[in-house]
Amino acid sequence: MTETRPRIAVVTFPGSNDDGDAALALEALGAEPVPVWHAETELPAVRAVVLPGGFSYGDYLRAGALARFAPVMKGVHALAAEGGLVLGICNGFQVLCEAGLLPGALRPNESLDFVCRDVQLTVERTDTPFTMRCTREQRLTIPVKHGEGCFFADADLLAELEAANQVVLRYEGESPNGSLARIAGIVNAEGNVLGLMPHPEHAVDPLTGSTDGALILGSLVDAARHAAAAVAAI
Amino acid sequence: MKATVLVRPKPGILDPQGEAVQGSLKQLGFAVEGARVGRVVDLEFANGDPQQARAELERMCEQLLANPLIESYEIELRDDE
Repeated sequence: MTETRPRIAVVTFPGSNDDGDAALALEALGAEPVPVWHAETELPAVRAVVLPGGFSYGDYLRAGALARFAPVMKGVHALAAEGGLVLGICNGFQVLCEAGLLPGALRPNESLDFVCRDVQLTVERTDTPFTMRCTREQRLTIPVKHGEGCFFADADLLAELEAANQVVLRYEGESPNGSLARIAGIVNAEGNVLGLMPHPEHAVDPLTGSTDGALILGSLVDAARHAAAAVAAI
Repeated sequence: MKATVLVRPKPGILDPQGEAVQGSLKQLGFAVEGARVGRVVDLEFANGDPQQARAELERMCEQLLANPLIESYEIELRDDE
């Protein structure tokens, strides 16, 4: 029996530049990527959406600050509210924080350098729809490429995130951007919205090095398939 | 009416831009002990009730111009000269 290809929306904001790679990676991993332009006021019939990396609206004001008000974000909020899966990668993570779908904020890198290289990550949770294919404490090699990836939360919020186990991915060793508590990726309290600075979509083909990103995106494809089957069964 | 909104990184928030500016000013020989870099937004709008304008400016800051988690803001409101 062939597995069904779950439809996963990939949003393109003006200035997104990893939407193509995200769609290619999802397709390679067995999904049917559905491109969605930022001006759409609702999402197509999907159970998962990816907000890709890039520089939406030129990063004007603050990274992610203007994309938050894009018409398509209404659909993203609605999907998140009904338990659909939302993955924000890099700029997508910044958008989710600005939109209040994830707690915290992303600040300019401590070094002020744009960091573009492979980093090592530790998987702290494997019970999320985005990390089911990983094993606990697994080390992943996935590239980062950003100027504003320094995760910030005030002391109370950080304590809350740690207590609720919302840190899903942490940088191994020194954080490449000065991120608080070496946080690379967090999930919301409900567990259906994940944001991460590293780019799993750039690490799915051995041609470009590590294929560890396939564990993250593959988990999302599995989860989207299950979610779609659950909806169809109703 | 015109308004100027000053947005600053909150105290205690790491400001690498400010640190870089301070370092460069020191290199130029200035005895600068701290520098923080924020943002200025100049706004113009139709004349109206200053109280209402101020309330709207507060909302603009909370919703878009500043990120209240990491930034503080100040509003200056004035009539056209």
